[in-house]
Amino acid sequence: MSKAWTFGENLNTDEIIPGRFNITIDPLELAKNVFCEIKPEYAKNVQPGDIIIGGQNFGCGSSREHAPIAIKGSKAKCVIAPSFARIFFRNAINIGLPILECPEAAADITEGDDVDVNLSTGEIFNRTNGHQYQARPLPDFVLKIAEAGGIVNFLKEHDIEELMMNAEG
Amino acid sequence: MGTLVEEIFSRKAGRPVQAGEILLLDVDYIMSHDNTTPLAIKAFREIGKPIHDKNRIVLHLDHAYPAPNVLAAENHKKIIEFVGEQGLPHFFRQGVCHQVMIEEGFITPGAVVIGADSHSNTYGAMGAFGAGLGSTEIAVAWVTGKCWFKVPETIRVELTGEAQHGVYAKDVMIYIAGKLGMDGGTYRSVEFGGEYIRNLPMNERIVFPNMSTEIGAKCGLIEADEVTIQYLETQTPAQGPFEAFGPVNPRYERVVEIDVSQIAPQVACHPDVDNVKPLEEVKGLEVNEVYIGTCTNARYEDLEIVANMLKGKQVNPLTRVIVTPASQRIYKKAMQNGLIDILLDAGCTVTGTGCGACIGRHGGILAAGERALTTMNRNFIGRMGSPLAEIYLASPATAAATALTGRITDPREYL
Ligand code: SF4
Repeated sequence: MSKAWTFGENLNTDEIIPGRFNITIDPLELAKNVFCEIKPEYAKNVQPGDIIIGGQNFGCGSSREHAPIAIKGSKAKCVIAPSFARIFFRNAINIGLPILECPEAAADITEGDDVDVNLSTGEIFNRTNGHQYQARPLPDFVLKIAEAGGIVNFLKEHDIEELMMNAEG
Repeated sequence: MGTLVEEIFSRKAGRPVQAGEILLLDVDYIMSHDNTTPLAIKAFREIGKPIHDKNRIVLHLDHAYPAPNVLAAENHKKIIEFVGEQGLPHFFRQGVCHQVMIEEGFITPGAVVIGADSHSNTYGAMGAFGAGLGSTEIAVAWVTGKCWFKVPETIRVELTGEAQHGVYAKDVMIYIAGKLGMDGGTYRSVEFGGEYIRNLPMNERIVFPNMSTEIGAKCGLIEADEVTIQYLETQTPAQGPFEAFGPVNPRYERVVEIDVSQIAPQVACHPDVDNVKPLEEVKGLEVNEVYIGTCTNARYEDLEIVANMLKGKQVNPLTRVIVTPASQRIYKKAMQNGLIDILLDAGCTVTGTGCGACIGRHGGILAAGERALTTMNRNFIGRMGSPLAEIYLASPATAAATALTGRITDPREYL
């Protein structure tokens, strides 16, 4: 079971992780306080593989990488939102947090729904209400980065040519 | 085929690409400066791989140079050691990074250039793609020569008409920021075009992509034309041939049309860049400092406007007037042509080149309760020092007129 956790529009990086916790970049440490001011129960109850559902312009605000790192550290599988703030979008991919743009899913999924996501095809299935949604599939190289745990780690384990090959997706 | 950003990316990718696609592209140059290079060095060491092509890396010391404190000095030391260790050929400490990138010929039509600085959008003035990224990605590009991009949708800003006397590119861009708002261009490519842009010289064009950052844009672009090519051939060491090109049958998300002839001098008021008012409405407001500098408006032509207005006069005795030329080339030319003498005689303080007071590290910091009128591009709270200071943004001409009176003043009274 992958539980959905829903959030509102224009969620900013301070709401994801307040600036005062940004003294570390340890994902597990950051995860202890992720969403602490707007949804304190999240950090306590989130299970590996749960799904974050956001609103428009998810992750706006600062360019800190701490926000996606904190979400990733909480072991959420991915974030689904109608749109992401530009720098959050980049940072999320680079630190290996899969993100899917899907306005239909974001509008229809409610908190607590059991949601199944196939990252490579972009298929999202809501087991609770039986609805199916289609996001744009993540390109191969983004999945590779996510699997490696971020772009820096990817480059440690793989050579540059491999990254280039994966870019064809 | 497509918008200017689609055109640039298609040429780079070797196949037609469209908004929404994610691409991995070769980057022509990778820029970073004293604020952002130390973190990139850290990520580079973590990756543990060699640099892909030293020739594509361009490093600058400009944000806090010469070092105003120990922390800045340590950053400079770290960077200089890295440059020595890696034998990097492009290392500058002679002006604001973006101006130096353009002057030294790194930016040419169709180039894809990334920078660890939010105003890397500036390169769009040459028909190149320029965008700001984080330090980690700079390190990744150092070792791979590549960067991934999502091709953005485009907002076209179509500028027609001729500007009134005393109205400059800065006034027009401030007006646009007010109209589109601080998030009006988020994640978009903002393409500036139309007869007004076509008739502008390079120094004025640069203002638009530079400040596209202020409306949240991923990049701000102007098509490469004869003006661009002539500038490259006569003003920079860049090696041609250069190709002029623009959008081809573009599909825009939105087109914003503005008749420039209707615009009077504008001021972006404290505390947001989209808190824009016609100068008329804030005229007379007292200022403690006038700051003429930055990658937005400290080029030779800007200094020339200021010097012409201050020639033979004295700035207000209770107002600090600080001029920071954007680069050494500009500084030298201004010196050779007597502009520096005029500025000094009028009571201005002329500093060394670089970012200067723009980020509140040195060279013109504001005290609590003070107000500055500057030629900068952003007026975030605390940007120039005290969070209790106010920053107003305007053209170099408005800055010069204000320097004379110590109050926000319409430049048309002195032109
Ligand atoms: S002059 Fe100001 S805006 Fe331009 S690069 Fe320097 S700090 Fe940034």
